Amino acid sequence: MRVATNTKRNLITAALIAPAAAWLTVFLVLPFIAMLVFAFGERAPEGGYQPAFTFVQFANLPTRAAAFWNTLMLAPAGALLCLIVAYPVAYYLAVKANPRYRLLLVSLVVVPFWTSLLVRTYAWMYILGSRGIPNLLSMIGIEDVRMLNTPGAVLLGIVYGYLPLMIMPIYVSLEKLDRRLLEASADLGGKPVSTFLGVTLPLSLPGVMTGVALVTILLLGEYLIPQLLGGGKVFFIGNALVDLFLQSRNWPFGSAIAVTLVAVVVVVLMVAMRIAWKVAGTRQVDLV
Amino acid sequence: MDRERFQERPQGTDVTSASTNDIEFRSVAKRYGSVTAVSDINLTVPKGAFVALLGPSGCGKTTCLRMIGGFEQPSEGMVYIGGQPMNGVPAYRRPVNMVFQQYALFPHLDVEQNVAYGLKQMRPRIPAAEITRRAQEALEMVRLGGFGKRRIHEMSGGQQQRVALARAIVNKPKVLLLDEPLAALDKKLRTAMQIELQSLQRELGITFVLVTHDQEEALSMSDFVCVMSTGRIVQIGPPQEIYDRPASLFVADFVGKTNRIAGTIEPGAGAVLLANGVGLAKPARANGTAGPVMVALRPEAISLVRDGSAALRGTVTHRIFLGSSVEYSVEVEGLGDFLVTADRRSLNDGDLAVPGERIGLSFDPNAMHVFPA
Repeated sequence: MRVATNTKRNLITAALIAPAAAWLTVFLVLPFIAMLVFAFGERAPEGGYQPAFTFVQFANLPTRAAAFWNTLMLAPAGALLCLIVAYPVAYYLAVKANPRYRLLLVSLVVVPFWTSLLVRTYAWMYILGSRGIPNLLSMIGIEDVRMLNTPGAVLLGIVYGYLPLMIMPIYVSLEKLDRRLLEASADLGGKPVSTFLGVTLPLSLPGVMTGVALVTILLLGEYLIPQLLGGGKVFFIGNALVDLFLQSRNWPFGSAIAVTLVAVVVVVLMVAMRIAWKVAGTRQVDLV
Repeated sequence: MDRERFQERPQGTDVTSASTNDIEFRSVAKRYGSVTAVSDINLTVPKGAFVALLGPSGCGKTTCLRMIGGFEQPSEGMVYIGGQPMNGVPAYRRPVNMVFQQYALFPHLDVEQNVAYGLKQMRPRIPAAEITRRAQEALEMVRLGGFGKRRIHEMSGGQQQRVALARAIVNKPKVLLLDEPLAALDKKLRTAMQIELQSLQRELGITFVLVTHDQEEALSMSDFVCVMSTGRIVQIGPPQEIYDRPASLFVADFVGKTNRIAGTIEPGAGAVLLANGVGLAKPARANGTAGPVMVALRPEAISLVRDGSAALRGTVTHRIFLGSSVEYSVEVEGLGDFLVTADRRSLNDGDLAVPGERIGLSFDPNAMHVFPA
């Protein structure tokens, strides 16, 4: 009887998990295996892939060093910049804002998400382009300011596009912070700054880590913002991959780059998780 | 402790002996928008006293405590701590510490770090070794010597309570504030903590202000009880006085169990006429204003008698055997149900009255508290 019930329960569990598992197998696991295989293969003369076993693709990685460098620098830098902008906003929303308007203010953070990132990034192209701010500056005599197609423009686009993803997790962790802990800190002689550093900040770290991890990971695969705001000048791995797969049709090399990127992300995440555990003192911090 | 110092002071009195008082409220009111939380609070707490603010929820007792702690500022009047006016002084500059309801321990710090938190805020800084020593000392004081490295969620409710206590006393405050500190504990632990708190207070010799809605807790632990109702202080006094001479029907009802009997005082008469027509000698303490009154009578002031001498007679409806004592519910015609707490040997032969039995209710008329209805 009991066995039968268990079997039934397992069947239901399996049935519920199956669609997601099938989806992930077909669209994530299998492509990843294909990519691994491609990475050790050769480019067919007419483009695409032909079977082989060679490390030549990995040996060629340094030719895309600039893309790796840009990605591995600008992704964390962008995430950090996002954090610096997002924390005060999240703090204001969760702690200082009048509870009556809180929902409205929080939705203002989310509403831009309702418009496509593509459209919003195009808007920035015009704002930063020669007919935008540089044009206004030239009216007051400041000539030849170049904004578009610079690392600064890419960073700006990153902060703009990913800000809500950073604000929300921090907001959530600050919002569920027990106010009496702040009172307890004040009661024990903690001035506002000590209370923030000693209680608020450490207790919001899970949110901070989640936000940083989320934004960093998404940025590692970013293609659109560097393409539009960085022109050809600020090149991310995402852009390199698009080039390799669609233009030069060098699938094995593209696969090698992608595999390397995944490996880097995994290592970075594991290190970040270790640090988060250490700081928060528990293993209850989930980054992804 | 001299009783004169501890009382509700008339408004506007000048106090010169401020240094002997740890806490003083002068005509304090607190409003939130149009809602008045407390008003007209005049209270003086001498150094080293154990005071309980007692009242039902919403009576303003926690608001008063939070005004001492610095988490609320009075809308009117002044709050003094150790003779110093505290209006506008933030919580972190006040020489008081608080044991919060549900403790508010820092979940990201271990037990010792929680206790050391207050010491780390001190300026000039205290050397780390000294901080550790004093935190350990405080932990030993609450019998948690070996628990310093434990995390908060690994501690039981009673242990967390003691961590909160250690954290609050480690800075050697002038006044320790306790906000319903025992509410989350089970009955046995509560009783044990009551004794522990009392001895801790004697050991430290500092003023304790306890907020509670539990009259038993207030009566058993404190030197003075301040009963509050709807934002005002209704009576201040030592526990026995509060219990034996309640200042109002509310106090009589809220503190301990009470039988309420409707009656009248006839003009000029020296008697209280109960609603069932029985006349009883007016207690000496009662003032003579004629009119409808409400009589409060403690259940233990009544004894059950089997002979016909008692003024009131009724029928036993329920009996609750409590071991050392017995509670009876006795229905008296025209007056309703009476609660009687009897020593189990109160009836001559040591047996108990049985439900359905006709029985006499005997009491000293002076045990009655007569309040205008």
